[in-house]
Amino acid sequence: MFEKKSGILLIAGVGFFAFAFLSNAVIPILMYRHLPEKTVKEVVNGNIRYQFEDLAQRYPAAFEAAYGKPPADPQQAGDWYDDKCAEALEIGRKVYIGEGCWHCHSQFVRPVSNEDRRWGPVSKSWEYQNRLQRPVMFGTRRVGPDLSREGGRRSNDWHAVHFFKPDSLSPASPMPQYPWLFEGAPDQPNARGLALLTYVQWLGSWLESYPYYEDFNPTPIKSVAAAAE
Amino acid sequence: MTTTLAPTLSEVDLPRHEELVEERLVLWYFVAALTFMLVAMLAGILMGLQLIRHNPLPTIELLSPGRWRMVHTNAIAYGFIANAFLGLMHWIVPRLTLRPVFDRRLSYAIFFAWQFVVLATAVGILLGEAQGLEWGETPVWIDPLAQAGLLLVAINFGAPIVQVKGPLYVTLWYYLAALVWTFLTYAMGNFVPEYFVCGSSAGAVGGLFIHDLVGLFVTPLGWGMMYYFVPILLKRPMWSHGLSLVGFWGLAFFYPLQGIHHFLYTPIPMFLQYGAVLSTIALEMVVVTVIINFVGTLYGTGSEVLRNLPLRYFYTGIAFYFLTCLQCALQTTLTFQALIHFTDWVVGHAHMVMFGVFSLWQLGAMTYLVPRLLKTDWYCPEWCEWHYWASAGGLLVMAGDLILGGLFQGWSWAALQPWESSVQVSIPFWSVRMVAGLVMFGAHVLFMYNLFKTWQKSRAVTAL
Repeated sequence: MFEKKSGILLIAGVGFFAFAFLSNAVIPILMYRHLPEKTVKEVVNGNIRYQFEDLAQRYPAAFEAAYGKPPADPQQAGDWYDDKCAEALEIGRKVYIGEGCWHCHSQFVRPVSNEDRRWGPVSKSWEYQNRLQRPVMFGTRRVGPDLSREGGRRSNDWHAVHFFKPDSLSPASPMPQYPWLFEGAPDQPNARGLALLTYVQWLGSWLESYPYYEDFNPTPIKSVAAAAE
Repeated sequence: MTTTLAPTLSEVDLPRHEELVEERLVLWYFVAALTFMLVAMLAGILMGLQLIRHNPLPTIELLSPGRWRMVHTNAIAYGFIANAFLGLMHWIVPRLTLRPVFDRRLSYAIFFAWQFVVLATAVGILLGEAQGLEWGETPVWIDPLAQAGLLLVAINFGAPIVQVKGPLYVTLWYYLAALVWTFLTYAMGNFVPEYFVCGSSAGAVGGLFIHDLVGLFVTPLGWGMMYYFVPILLKRPMWSHGLSLVGFWGLAFFYPLQGIHHFLYTPIPMFLQYGAVLSTIALEMVVVTVIINFVGTLYGTGSEVLRNLPLRYFYTGIAFYFLTCLQCALQTTLTFQALIHFTDWVVGHAHMVMFGVFSLWQLGAMTYLVPRLLKTDWYCPEWCEWHYWASAGGLLVMAGDLILGGLFQGWSWAALQPWESSVQVSIPFWSVRMVAGLVMFGAHVLFMYNLFKTWQKSRAVTAL
């Protein structure tokens, strides 16, 4: 059996592989079957909509060139922004993958090494059950910081300048420049640039604690109220 | 093997080497492999320069270091390692089975199809079309073609292997299993997390893919060639057949169970993470038996390693294999992971495995086979020595440097220092890595030039 073709082909080749796939892949798939995959439209939330409309106001010409004009009727305009935001998220994710961002930036916060103090809440499975995490963007290397709580932490302007020339904002940064996401200047992002800005602002936007600033503390209203009593 | 068997089987009409091995194709595969290695190294140099903030061409889209980083890994995995293995299999499989491959024309078709797959992968990645799967960034529209190619490879080499009557030699166990595993691994990794499952489950499958690509494609093909070449070069059989059995079956069982150890402390269920950690440590025991078997084979003729350059390549790789696997058993524990995950420690580990072990084995086999393929000695054997020392030495410095640098990065993060200080502390390590990489690159260029001059020399010999 151990030196015969049939044993090697069937037991080692197919059998052990299937056993590993069952135990290491099928089990988590079954465990998360109560968390169905959300579509891109379903992950558009109020926070990212705010950032997306902020893009429309900051870069009106670029935004119009990329997405056109919203309808005049406020109700329709709301739906229109949702659609375009989903579209931007999808393209933004493609840029994020195509430029290899995920090879230097992870997207999960671990329960060790003080990561929850640096970035915010430890990652949970439900956060990843959506189309934009297929394939999942966990990442395996951090040259730059984790991005899973990046959304809302900094302004769209900051990100635009940073993508255009990172070391103008973070002097020691080894991050490459991405001038091809802009039409010559950081205040003129092109369609890909707007999409990437949307994607980065989306990361973590689903959390209650969003935006998660560094050393973020809940607003001191409660303690003020307690002191007043 | 045919030569060693010949005296005892003198009455049997054995097929001649020329009828079995398509030598031209072996050489073509080697040239393709070395060319992609050149590309991969240039890509690594570009990314290395970017990290130390000396990228000379920072604003050109097609030279974006992020894209070239993916070209670096893919050109190594699919351009260098896969091509070199295919070339070596065209030499080893027919000689061990005493049968030619399934179809000679198919061999050439596979050669060209595979070069197309690798080139298209590189072009696709440079155009920003990468797939979001580590080690599988091949654009999604190339995946089906690569999958079909792997099926043809399995048919082409599987046919002579399954025709062998009776028990197989160790090399063929590894090869037969690897033909099945590579096909299944590629299918699982490139299609399941892309089209079927998302989130943590996709992470689990992605981890399996990263791991199986090394463990079920590269490792068995690598050990298969070790079990073939080492006994030939030492002119003695493997020390223990029992340990060969333990090595193969231990690898086959434990290796595929470890994928999730690439994503420890993620939302993937903790009990699965523990399972992956335990089987990683178990595999280390198996690896020790394999190392003992190869050291036992060498025992008493250790000085051969000093005199015989290909053998020195092989045993250097075996030493690095022991180191990486020992490192693996330690770094996979959750204690180590808390510190070293996400750091350059892992990058150093990956370089030690892919270059220190498998590339060195393949370069050693090329050093051994090229004179036999071209029917003339190396143009300059001394350059081969230089190639060895600069490659192995450069790799030792690079891996050691990155592993050490990773510790500093991990400590800097855990201490909640500003992010910039983890970059600042890395700069000296990244600079040393750059120098080591340039030394390895220089050695590679020298090796390619030596091959070219040897080819010229062989042409001159045949012209006479």
